[in-house]
Amino acid sequence: MQIDWAQFTPWAALAGGVLIGLASVAFALGLGRIAGISGIVAGLLRPQKGDFGWRIAFVGGLLAAPLIYSLATPLPALRIDAGVPLLVAAGLLVGIGTRYGSGCTSGHGVCGLSRFSPRSLAATLAFMAAGFTIVFLTRHVFS
Amino acid sequence: MYLLAYFAVGLLFGLGLIASGMANPAKVLGFLDLAGPWDPSLALVMAGAIAVGVVGFAIAARRTHSWLGLSMRLPSNRTVDRRLLAGGLLFGAGWGLAGFCPGPALVALGAGYWQAGVFVASMLVGMVVYEAAESFGALRTLKPS
Repeated sequence: MQIDWAQFTPWAALAGGVLIGLASVAFALGLGRIAGISGIVAGLLRPQKGDFGWRIAFVGGLLAAPLIYSLATPLPALRIDAGVPLLVAAGLLVGIGTRYGSGCTSGHGVCGLSRFSPRSLAATLAFMAAGFTIVFLTRHVFS
Repeated sequence: MYLLAYFAVGLLFGLGLIASGMANPAKVLGFLDLAGPWDPSLALVMAGAIAVGVVGFAIAARRTHSWLGLSMRLPSNRTVDRRLLAGGLLFGAGWGLAGFCPGPALVALGAGYWQAGVFVASMLVGMVVYEAAESFGALRTLKPS
């Protein structure tokens, strides 16, 4: 294994991670919920009275983040290499997988691991293993 | 109105995703590519988030109501089952294909990247497919054989 020192951004990663942790903790302590983004989004698809507004407000905050960020400092450019067929396949898999697995990187990876949930640890190991495998296959076997 | 609080937390989460670099699929894939030049940044994002989370969730676990007076709705299920693992594997496969998971995809959509729009729309379709499959399964088990 060879570390990509040119791309490695330890301090930004830690600082951003702390912000993500603070947001998750604020969500739990302040509002009593797990900041599981896939679950919050999925709830929008079967709207129930009294269970819709807060989801939209949270998603609205995520969507507004780039704009607010850019008011303070220029937004870093994102690089998205995947074309449309790959984006569609990836989106379908993420949509179906997060529902069967009851969560994604935020709910299981951040909140669940912080709560020492065996369920979230198992889910995190599963999605990490699949992510490593798919990237190995697409970049080094079928590239 | 609690809505402003939900908005603020979503905003903070999104700012963290941008600052950490995780809103950038190229960076996520750089972490998932163990065999290439490896970018360990994502591991430190998780470490930073979990360091704060361990303390915060330990406090949250002892509360019956949130600071804003809402009831605590933290999950209590701790069983690992096949659905969970299969779902995790499917999700991870999709994550590795494009470098997007749900949060960063929404942030990238907010930043105006059309690719994130394609991903999010497909993700919503995937979630609808799951709901439909679940209701179909529930119907079949209800039917007398």
